[in-house]
Amino acid sequence: MSNLLDLLVAGLATGAIYALVAVGFTLLWQTSQTINFAQGEFVMLPAFLMLAVMHAGAPFWLAIILGILLSLLLLGLGFKLLLVDPMLRHGVLPLAIATMALAIGMKEAVKQFFSAEASPFPSIVPAGDVSILGRVVSLQSLGVLALAIAVVVGLTALLNRTSIGHQMQATAQNPTVARIIGVPVERMILLTFLINAFLVALASLLITPIYLAKFSSGEVLGQAAFIAAIVGGFNQVRGAIAGGLLIGVVDNLSAAYVSTQYRAAVPLILLIVIILFRPQGLLGRPEERTV
Amino acid sequence: MTATGKYLRIAVGVVVIAALIIVPMNFNRYGLFILSQWAVMTIAAMGLNLTLGYAGQVSLAQGAFVGIGAYAAAIMTTQGMPLIAALGVAIILCFAIGWILGYPALRVQHHYLAFVTLAFSTLAFLVFRNEDWLTKGIYGISNIPRPNVLGFATNRPLPFYYFCLGSLALVSLAMWWLIRSPWGRAFVALRENPVRALSLGIDTRRYTLMAFAIGSALGGVAGTLYAPLTQYIDPVPFNLSLSLDLLMMVIVGGSGFFFGPFLGAMIAVLLPEWLRFTQGYYLMLYAVAVMLLLIYSPTGILGILDRYLAERRTKAASALRAVAKSKLEAAS
Repeated sequence: MSNLLDLLVAGLATGAIYALVAVGFTLLWQTSQTINFAQGEFVMLPAFLMLAVMHAGAPFWLAIILGILLSLLLLGLGFKLLLVDPMLRHGVLPLAIATMALAIGMKEAVKQFFSAEASPFPSIVPAGDVSILGRVVSLQSLGVLALAIAVVVGLTALLNRTSIGHQMQATAQNPTVARIIGVPVERMILLTFLINAFLVALASLLITPIYLAKFSSGEVLGQAAFIAAIVGGFNQVRGAIAGGLLIGVVDNLSAAYVSTQYRAAVPLILLIVIILFRPQGLLGRPEERTV
Repeated sequence: MTATGKYLRIAVGVVVIAALIIVPMNFNRYGLFILSQWAVMTIAAMGLNLTLGYAGQVSLAQGAFVGIGAYAAAIMTTQGMPLIAALGVAIILCFAIGWILGYPALRVQHHYLAFVTLAFSTLAFLVFRNEDWLTKGIYGISNIPRPNVLGFATNRPLPFYYFCLGSLALVSLAMWWLIRSPWGRAFVALRENPVRALSLGIDTRRYTLMAFAIGSALGGVAGTLYAPLTQYIDPVPFNLSLSLDLLMMVIVGGSGFFFGPFLGAMIAVLLPEWLRFTQGYYLMLYAVAVMLLLIYSPTGILGILDRYLAERRTKAASALRAVAKSKLEAAS
């Protein structure tokens, strides 16, 4: 029983990070039909940007700020202007393939310009344990969970409570009508790309201390976030959050109770079952058929 | 098409085939290995082109089917059974699994099929890795024998390359026939407008599953060639990235074009080799090249050719019209 609590807390912490990545993923899909196969690499890169700044002699806090700014520039603005904008009008598939190529390119670039080895990364949450209700829980898990929840709550508030959030939702639901009623659709789409870049930079900051900075670490993360987004509901931000937390917990529990060999299989089977019986995802709304 | 165009095409075809037979004769071992790999990957990509390019179903599991075929070949031939038996098993197995996997495609919209096949791809990889009793797990299966074809041993690289090339030729002929048969036309109808296809009396359920299953079976065929080519297999080459690579080959070559997979596999298998002189940068350059190509022409390499030919045809047609018009004016 005590073991279960530890697993739940650790699962929720990784799940919260998956949720951040999955939310960015669904935002891009909603506003611009971009299926970003490089999303995992988007999480991998900011940690290396921050490491590069630190190698240049800057303190950790400055590295974080510069790292986030650089990812806004590269993964937000650059990604949209250089890859998505020229390809969007040609449909979903060529763009998805181009993001696969981008993933290869990013991995290779990091391998070539930084290192092929895993590098340690400082944690923004101090190491150590706290005791809650007589149980010892790792401070890092709690800190990650708290930060991720704060960001998710903030993002949900932005989307649901502010005028900009409403304009973004209108853009996602029906760009034509949104344009007619005076929403600056282009600016809103750019904003979702910037939000995605911010979310992946934050996820990078939170997860890299746990799994180390490695050029290939995006593969597992990207797939987890991808599954989280589908399980929760591809077209709903809150679905992606629920999916992320669920996948994190399921992943951790199945490692302990099913088998370490097949732990990766459990979320996938969950994915197949969900698609067969509830294709819109747990919290998603059905998509209307295009034909 | 004009008669000269037709002869030109036949001439180009003959030259390419002759080059594929003659030029590699003095290649070294590695060059022949890469070319054989190109032939094998082309077969797998052709299967995916049928599923994606002709029937319009996105599959991210083609690499898993190559894996199933490769393991069938490796397990059976190391037990002393002939490769042709393994080929039969691989085709039946991949066809059946593809058929079952296609069912979600009937229920949900196209990108969900991509997700189901993505999950299947990773599940297959886990089975390859974990079921030691069958696949020898991470240690892999070594000493996979190469077959005797019509009495010729293919142990040496050159005969085996001809064996791969011959298989590719057979598969190409079968595919050429298939896409010109009523089935092929039904597949295209399915891609272009499923509702209209249904109203014309095409059993869309059966043809969707069929396109998926045949495409998957070709993945299995490629796999049965892959195992004797490398003579050693382990789970790593059959992970999700092979499926993604194959999808990239089809799109980059030009999906829905007969020769698309040939070119796409050439880019994916040969371009990184040609870029090897740049050392650590070659995969990076390859990724950038693919992105630039897709930005320039989202329909792939053959899309560029297609656009160019269409332009020339319109120009020729308008020139003819101008001539005809001036003649009419002169006559009146």
